[in-house]
Amino acid sequence: MNQDIFVIIEHLRGQVADISYVMLAAAHELAQNTGGKVEAVLLGQNVQGLAGNLAADQVLSVEHPALADFTSDAYIKAVAGLTVEHQPRAVLFGHTSVGMDVASGLSAHLGLPLVGSVRYFESGGKFVSQICGGKIMAEGELPAPTALITLVPGGYKPEQGQSAQPPQVTQVAAPALDGLRVTLKQYIEPEAGDVDIAKEPLLIAVGRGIQTQDNISLADDLAQALGGVVCASRPVVDQGWLPTSRLVGKSGKAVKPKVYLAIGISGAPEHAEAITGSNVIVAINTDAAAPIFNIAKYGTITDLFDLVPVLTDKVREAKGG
Amino acid sequence: MNIVVPVKLVPDLVEELTIDASGAALDTMWLRLIINEFDDHATEQAILLKERSGGQVTIITPNAEGVDDMLFAASARGADRLIKLVGDFENGVNNHALARTLATTIKDLQPDLVLTGVQAHNDLDGSLGPLLAEYLGMPYTGYVSGVIVNGDKAIVRKEFPGGLIAELELKLPAVLGIQAAEQPPRYVAISKVRQAMKTATLEEMDAPGLNPDGGPTIGRMFQPEAAEKAEMISGNADVVADRLIGIFKELGVL
Ligand SMILES: Cc1cc2nc3c(=O)[nH]c(=O)nc-3n(C[C@H](O)[C@H](O)[C@H](O)COP(=O)(O)OP(=O)(O)OC[C@H]3O[C@@H](n4cnc5c(N)ncnc54)[C@H](O)[C@@H]3O)c2cc1C
Repeated sequence: MNQDIFVIIEHLRGQVADISYVMLAAAHELAQNTGGKVEAVLLGQNVQGLAGNLAADQVLSVEHPALADFTSDAYIKAVAGLTVEHQPRAVLFGHTSVGMDVASGLSAHLGLPLVGSVRYFESGGKFVSQICGGKIMAEGELPAPTALITLVPGGYKPEQGQSAQPPQVTQVAAPALDGLRVTLKQYIEPEAGDVDIAKEPLLIAVGRGIQTQDNISLADDLAQALGGVVCASRPVVDQGWLPTSRLVGKSGKAVKPKVYLAIGISGAPEHAEAITGSNVIVAINTDAAAPIFNIAKYGTITDLFDLVPVLTDKVREAKGG
Repeated sequence: MNIVVPVKLVPDLVEELTIDASGAALDTMWLRLIINEFDDHATEQAILLKERSGGQVTIITPNAEGVDDMLFAASARGADRLIKLVGDFENGVNNHALARTLATTIKDLQPDLVLTGVQAHNDLDGSLGPLLAEYLGMPYTGYVSGVIVNGDKAIVRKEFPGGLIAELELKLPAVLGIQAAEQPPRYVAISKVRQAMKTATLEEMDAPGLNPDGGPTIGRMFQPEAAEKAEMISGNADVVADRLIGIFKELGVL
């Protein structure tokens, strides 16, 4: 075993995902404690060009046609090979559509311990995970011998994992990648919406607290009065009450408006990660312990059904008068 | 087609969560448990597949307070077989232990598809689906929001950020981590659930020797401290609305 920290770089269609830089930043924090190096692992086909600004002591590049697009099957085999050979102290994955598919499978495959939803490492090397929709943090010692980690965003800034100095890239032969049971057929592009919420300066966001499709009109009315755009959390979109183009969060869009008014939204990590770029967050939520209040500038626990209609009237008055 | 859906109960986040005397776990005394939201979607997806192309849906869950009602509700929605795992689940188990014991039971059920929720909000040792897939020797794909079965293959829609979808083909049998069913989970009337209580059978199966190896040990749990807590505006709707108007004006959006 050595003390190095491996980071499985996440990239999609030629672009490195922000979570990769966040992982590199976390890995440096951890490596300071273990005394090892930070090694970025780049899996794919013709991906060396992606190594340029990764803040790593070394990049291990594994190229193979079966790694050209992400599938759990091929990734598990490739990462298993490297892990067994190098026995790093920890392997970091994004807590994402890519990393979550791989890390758990690898844990069972290699019999190595796994810690999920890690947000940051303490200076002493302990992990701190974020669970229960952001309401609880869980801390513990990094398990041995090799800890597999899935990292959520929020604990480090992507810039901390970027470097102006291109890292040294080492080619590593891919293991045998045959007998794969998962294959990519095609990508389906997201449907374009009537507005791009990522560019809107004033967003009125509704969550499950709105209860019914009919009640969406409360948000519509307020948005119209204020001159803003309505968007939503995942449960509202899953119900079909608003189109996917209005989805804010991990599986939707990241937004950065001047004002983000969150109505009946708890602020679960998958939603919160996409709104922290907002200039000011204002939250209306009857649960005083809702995590949204940890990132909002202003909040109220007034019932949305009492408040929103009154607010809309007052906005209209202010505009009219 | 034989579809197995492992489901579990999780703490309802609407209730207040407190940490117990050990300082390292949630106080279970006052916890209200509800079905993991994504397991609910997995159940719905299984029933949709059965309605489309026939087959049998088996719901399987570790025993806990409230699981009987949850199982009967699944039956009322269209599940055919209800299995309750009986073992040392009282103090909770991690996903490694649950996946190992589920794999033993599920192997005997010879499924074509196993559908699980993509995650549960209290997972600390990874999500259940990929662990289960590995112990069963089946392929896995998570973040799935659409499934078509075509002979011995499944075509699934896997979600990436920003709404991008990858259409993947998996050889069956396979395990899928469901993010969202193709339709929101259906509502069933209480009367139908009561009916199911009278007619459906709960099968109990033993889950001996739970082995949690592979999960971390938690030393401490705590509530997150905000770097800067929100400034809370109190008063009746009228007062709060006035203050919000003031804030909107200050921020230049009104
Ligand atoms: C892989 C993955 C990806 C995900 N991607 C996303 C994503 O992109 N976007 C996203 O949003 N979620 C996403 N989620 C889901 C996320 O985990 C949460 O479940 C979701 O964000 C919760 O939405 P919510 O806040 O609207 O609902 P809830 O968490 O149920 O919160 C509703 C809130 O409304 C409040 N409320 C209720 N009634 C009232 C009232 N009368 N007045 C005021 N307040 C009231 C409640 O106190 C509660 O806090 C994802 C989950 C997974 C597993």
